[in-house]
Order: sequence, then C-alpha cells, then structure tokens
Amino acid sequence: MAPEPLIFEQGSAGRRSARLPECDVPGRDASELLAGRRLRRRLDLPEVSELDVVRHFTRLSHLNYSIDTGIYPLGSCTMKYNPKVNELCARLPGFSRLHPLQPEATVQGALQVLFETQAMLAQIAGMAAATVQPSAGAHGELLSLMIVREYHLSRGERLRQVVLIPDSAHGTNPASAARCGFKVKAIPADARGLTDVAALARAAGPDTAAVMLTNPNTLGLFESDISQVCRIVHDAGGLVYCDGANMNALLGLTRPGDMGFDVMHFNLHKTFSTPHGGGGPGCGAIAVGEALEPFLPVPVVTRGSEGAYSLCYDRPQSVGAVHSFYGAFLVALRAYAYILTLGPEGLRNVAEMAVLNANYVRAKLRGLFDIPQDRACMHEVVISATRQKNEHGVRALDISKRLMDYGIHPPTNYFPLIVPEALMIEPTETESREALDVLCAALASIARECSETPDVVKGAPHTTAVSRMDETAAVRNLDIRWRPAGA
Amino acid sequence: MSYTPHTAADIQAMLAVIGAGSVEQLIADIPSQVRLAGPLAVPPAMSEPELVRKLRELASTNLDVDSTLCFLGAGLYDHFTPAVVDALTSRGEFATAYTPYQPEMSQGVLQAIYEYQSLVGLLTDMPLANASMYDAATGLAEACLMSCEIAGRSVVAVSDAVHPRYRLVLETYLRTSDCTLVTVPSQDGLTEVEAVRVAAEAGAACLAFQSPNFFGVVEDSEALIEATKAAGLVSVVAVDPVSLGLLEPPGSFGADIVVGEGQGLGVPMGFGGPLLGFFACRLEHQRRFPGRIVGATVDREGRRGYTMTLRTREQDIRREKATSNICTNQALMALAATVHLCALGREGLRQVSDLCLQKSHYAADQLCLSAHCTPAFDAPFFKEFAIRCPAPPERINEALAAEGIIGGYALGRDYPALVDCMLVCVTETKTRADIDRLVDAIRQIVESF
Repeated sequence: MAPEPLIFEQGSAGRRSARLPECDVPGRDASELLAGRRLRRRLDLPEVSELDVVRHFTRLSHLNYSIDTGIYPLGSCTMKYNPKVNELCARLPGFSRLHPLQPEATVQGALQVLFETQAMLAQIAGMAAATVQPSAGAHGELLSLMIVREYHLSRGERLRQVVLIPDSAHGTNPASAARCGFKVKAIPADARGLTDVAALARAAGPDTAAVMLTNPNTLGLFESDISQVCRIVHDAGGLVYCDGANMNALLGLTRPGDMGFDVMHFNLHKTFSTPHGGGGPGCGAIAVGEALEPFLPVPVVTRGSEGAYSLCYDRPQSVGAVHSFYGAFLVALRAYAYILTLGPEGLRNVAEMAVLNANYVRAKLRGLFDIPQDRACMHEVVISATRQKNEHGVRALDISKRLMDYGIHPPTNYFPLIVPEALMIEPTETESREALDVLCAALASIARECSETPDVVKGAPHTTAVSRMDETAAVRNLDIRWRPAGA
Repeated sequence: MSYTPHTAADIQAMLAVIGAGSVEQLIADIPSQVRLAGPLAVPPAMSEPELVRKLRELASTNLDVDSTLCFLGAGLYDHFTPAVVDALTSRGEFATAYTPYQPEMSQGVLQAIYEYQSLVGLLTDMPLANASMYDAATGLAEACLMSCEIAGRSVVAVSDAVHPRYRLVLETYLRTSDCTLVTVPSQDGLTEVEAVRVAAEAGAACLAFQSPNFFGVVEDSEALIEATKAAGLVSVVAVDPVSLGLLEPPGSFGADIVVGEGQGLGVPMGFGGPLLGFFACRLEHQRRFPGRIVGATVDREGRRGYTMTLRTREQDIRREKATSNICTNQALMALAATVHLCALGREGLRQVSDLCLQKSHYAADQLCLSAHCTPAFDAPFFKEFAIRCPAPPERINEALAAEGIIGGYALGRDYPALVDCMLVCVTETKTRADIDRLVDAIRQIVESF
C-alpha cells in the first residue's frame, strides 16, 4: 500500500472546506474587543478541500488493522466484536447532544442510564455501588486506590502505606499505586502460576493498605485460593482490590464481591464491548463494597422516592472527583445497551464461550509451542516461544511480526513478565471456530517456518505497509510533530 | 440476542478437540463456594428492535440542545461540527482498533495521532504534545504534579478563576501526593500578576491559570507567564483551543505546560463525556511528561513511518517508576479533533473564533442595554461572560425554561460573592434572532419580578 503524505503536505494556500454563516450581528474590530491582549499573527492549519480530508483519512484507515478487519487475539485486551447497534444508540441526539449542566428535569433519561448502568455493574461485581467516572482502566485503579487511602485515613490508620502486587500483574498496577503515594511490594507466583499464598501471608501486616489482584490472573488462570487470600488480607486489616481487566472470563459465573474483594475496576472497553478507538475513549468504571461507598467521587446519581433522578454532591467522605463532569457517558451508554442486549444468560454465555475458545486454541497449539501451564485455562492462554528461541533463534516478537504476513494481528508479547518469550492469546467469545482455525493454522505454519526458514520469520513482516520501525532512531531523532517552513 | 457464533455442534466438536466433556469442566477451578448460584439480577435479554425502542424512549425524555435554545458553556461547548468528522471517526478501522502497539499494522492511527500532536503544537505554539489526556481536568492535575517534579517543590498554586471542577480534580489528585494546594483569588474576574507573588511566597512549584478563564475572561497570559518565569515558577496554562484562532497562544509567551479541553473541536457534548484533554510542554521536559506520544521514524527499508516513542517513561516498562499510569487515552477523540481542524482549516478556525467573539459581545451588550443586566467584570472576554442579574439567576433560569430556553450557568454555587451572576455562553451556533430571543425573555422575566 502506498504511503500517505501528511495532511500538512497536501492542499494549497487559500483552499477551504467547511463554510460557516456570515456574521449576522454588527461586526466590531477584534483588537478593540480584546484590547490589551495580543492577537494571533500566524496560524498554520491545513488548507484542504473536504474531499482531500475524506480521502486522506480513508486512506489512513486502510493502513490500520481492527476488529472489524479480522481476529485480534491481543491478550488482556478483550478485542471482541463492538456491536453496531450500540453506536446507533450513542448517536441519538437525545444523548449525544446534551450539556452536562442542563437542569436535571431536562436530562432524566440520561441520569436513568447512568443510574441503571451503575446498578447493573454493581450487581455484576457483587458489590454495593459503582461509578463510571474514571476514563480508563488505569484511571479506575487510581480512583480505587484513592478510596482505599481515604478509607484507612478515616479509621485513623496512617501507617498503611504498602500495596502488595503479584509479579505477574499489569504494569499499571504498580504505576497506579505509586501515583497514589503507596509503596509497592511484589508477591511471587507459585509453581501453579497462582499467587503464592504463603508469601502473601508473610508480607501482609500492619503496613498493608491493599492487595491488587487480577483474577483470572495474567496467565489466564483462576486464582482458586481467592477466598483464603482475601481472608489473610482482611485479617491483616488491608483491603483487596480486583483488577477487572479479565472480567470477561467471569461474567455470570462468579462475582468479585462474593470472592471477598472490596473494590474493583471494569474496563467497559473490554468486557462490555465498547470500541477502543485506537487507544480510547475507555471507561474504567469501579465498583465498591458497602464500607467504601461513602468515599465514591461526586456527584453520585440518586433516585428519589418519586422516581426522579438527581446528582448528589453532598457526600462529606467523598474522595473528590476524577473527571471534569460525570465520566464518559456515551461509553457507559454503549455498555448499558450491551448488557440489556445480552441479559443474564447472555452475559454468562460470554464467559463460557470465551473460556471455550481459549481452551480450543490451547489444545490446537499443544506440541507446536511450549505451554507453561497446560491445563484448563480461563479466557486466555499464554504460550511460550522458548523452544523456538533456543533451537532456531526465533523470538516471540518475530513470531508476532510473522503473524501479520498471514493477515492476523499478533497476540500480546513478553507479558506476563514471569513467562519467558510469552505470547498471550485472548481469542474472545465472538470469534467463530473457523476464525480460530485460521489463527491456529497460521501459528502452526509459523512454527514450521521457525525450523525450516527461520530468517523469513526473523525478517517479518514482509507484506505490511511498513516493516519494523527503527525505535531507537525515533528516540534519538525525536520528531513528534510537523513544522511549517520558516517556523 | 447474542454475539457468540457457535452452534451446539460447534461446541461439541471443540470440546472434543480440547478433550473435555463440557464447558463446566473447563471452569472447575472456580471453587463452588464462590460460584454464582442463580442468574445475575439484570433485566432479561432484548432483541435489537426492542433495545432501539427502549433507548429511543429514554433519549426522548431528555431535552437535547437542538430542541431548545441553550446558553450553557462552563467548560463544555456547542460548536458546529462538520459531518465529515463523524463519518470518518465512525470507520471501524479506527474505532475498533486497540492502542497501536504493533506499528506495522497501525500506521493509520499512528499517523493520525502524529498529525493531532502537530495540530496541538501549532495551535498552542509548543514543541511537544502528547497523544491526549482523559480531559482538561486530569491534564491540569498531571501538569501540576509534573511541575512539582520539575521544580523540586511541593506546593501548587492555582488561580480561583480556573474551572471549579478542574480545581476539585486537582485537589483530589494532590491529596494522594505530598503536594499541597494554594488557591490564589482573582480580582474582578482576572488573575492579577500579584498572584505570582502570592504563589512564590507560598513556595509554589507552579502557578496554574486558565485563559479564557472560567468567567470567559481572557487573562493577560503574556504578563502572567513572564512574571511566573521571572519568579522561577513553572507556568501551567489551560486554554480553550477555539480561542486560539484569534489569540496569541501561550507557547509564544514561553509557557512551560499548556493543557486544555479539546471537546469543542468536533467532540459531541455527550452529557459530559468522553472528552479530550490535550497536553503540551517544552522540550526540556520530555522525560517527565505523562501519557503516550507518537514519533516519526523510518522502517528497515528507510521508509517514513510512525511509532509510539519515549516509551521508557511508561508503566508497562517502568512499572512503579513510570511518569504516569496512563495507557488508554482518548485516541478517537483526538482523531475527531484532527479531522475537525483539517475540515475547518486556517480560515475556518479564525472564522469560528471571530463569530464567537462577535456574537458573545453582541449578547452581552444587548443584555445590559435592554434586559437590565450589568457586566460582572470589566475585562476582555471571548465567548462567555458573567453578567449581574437584577433577579436571582436560578429564578431567571426557571422562567426561561418555561420559554424553551436553557439559560446560563448560575455562578453562586461556586463563587458565593457572585450569587447574583450568571455565566452566559454564545458560540457561532447562535443566530442574532436566538440572542434577541434570550434578551427579550430575560427582559420580560426581570420586569415581571
């Protein structure tokens, strides 16, 4: 595919696209209205026609892989189908064209959507309440930890400054904990690939604020000792946080609240099918148990005895706010439509089919790659290219890149960190058996290439618009924006 | 309704390959005592037509801004958005992609983000812009935390003319750090240069202000930034990008960090989200800034291409030593802003800016001339202005609602001294007739009190 020039390299001076109405009020001189303020001399925005714009971004879109293009088995990211009807709902002017500060009487439907979405998320979590205010998973983690902090402070416990995190966790967990002013202590995994309960018991103590646990963990395994883990942490006076990135495996089967978790985040852009947009918008809704409910951010949506919804700011123990308004309403709305579409049986079916698909892939890849934990997994399976590396010098990254030549987006590589040469595959429940067969056949073919023509794999990809990027040069010759001539 | 494709026969065949008798067998690791006994208590499944009907009904209970006449701003703005914005951002290739971790298959999103960063850089006149923040509030909070790192101090000074919600988010973020917040009062709607002295005396790392500020007033950014620099403080400026069609950008005055809300650039108001925070800083801060950034480079064959860069600041590599915990940001909103700015172009943005300026001034003049209001402040403003009303703003708004008009934002809740003031926003979407209708309605309302 031909490279696309930057939009700044297109068009010509004076060319215009969008037209606006003429000014219909008496015009005055801007320098008079803005007396004392310097007016702009130079503004180097593109000068292109509407068709220039349409073709440019359409061509760019052709350089991009997406769920709508094909299977996207990116582990931990739950790249499932994003239903089109949800997009239709989010574009209804009665939702998309609302100002957040309108009188409450004029936005009852929107408040009802927020109220019911939060109630359904709390139900799915098995917890008392939820908020959709955080804009991403990491934002939900941060808010959760703010709540944990306020909870301990409210009880006069100032010494609880340590957050325990398994070494298999996502990097966001320690980053969020540090961002929230906590010290991070790592907990190892045991031979089963699960949290080492004995090590946890030794680490938990009077300085423990919380444990952050992903369940199923990043190896795709259910933490079967979870009740014991929660008991240990609670006995030590700490709280237990569930990273809900892998919630797709649990919908309708089990609930974090029932396992003993005190607080969790959801990724609505993973589990609840809202499109990830090439890196956002997301929504990192959190759910909390009863003890933490008073600390939720403001405003809280409430339902009065007459059935009217309102926004409540009178929450003396609230941590404050983490969003300019009420969170990504239109993202929450898509999740609302998704939950209503599936219903209780449909949600449970999501988890079951996600587990079936991951195990199917695991069975088909057995013998081709090492599978460090080759037993029933949940929604994702972690394979390892250690054998390919040792025998043929082909690394997990090479296999990922080669998969592109088969027209498939690679899995997550080199994560979790505790598995060498990891390839983390999450097929999701919306992929058909044929799609999984295509993925597995491509990986089988690459496994053969690793021994027969390893250089083909090491040099991959060969068929994409660009080949591997020079990342070192990108840092050394930092170029993050176009500059006009003479600027 | 369901989105899972397997038939019963598929499931049996797949179980046979796995060597399991049932799906139940695959989830046996979940202990029975934590298994959910019954179905989740959520409503029963709906078909697509049932869902659409329900959502349309809910939507119809809201009063959208096209069915009324709305003069609210206060951080979120109704600006004209060309149809190409939604048409292009709706494309599945953009909307249903993940973060571009694999550049070979993500050049579309990567190049679009590079163009977005370029546009933010051009608008603000800053050398370095990141791939986006959640919104202006979190962008401002991250900027202030970053200032503390830069300056090695732990006090943040913020003008009280900064959006009250941004300040609440800032306060919430600061509570988790060792930093404390000093709020510097504004005078007559303006952040005075005196604020810099107050900030410096408090030992602040930075002074954060907004222009146009919450009252719509265009601050003297030049004087504030120069004074901040002279006092050895980091300058953090929140701007409305639409105003930068007319006003000299803070980067030209030497600002250290510029943030803002990009919603007005093609992002639907959507009852407050998702939004678009932008974040730009000077080059010397390139190892400290939060969030993701895309850089241009070359591939193995020497072809130009784009990739995420300066990654060693980030959480998946640095874990607890990362500069921020941000991964998912607002990529699709950044794309919307990029398409929007390209569709408007140089003249288009200037025109939007000028229309906002002209129409808001016409409205302010008419309200004072004919509707018994007085200007709350004597300071230049851009598209919003505070007026003092001869009757309580809340009561005026109630009466306006009966006329099918949503009035301005009553300032008393956030600024008790301005209890009789209303913040009125007039963008290019309002016609002279719309403005005259508002003025007439307010005149009649206050005359009837």
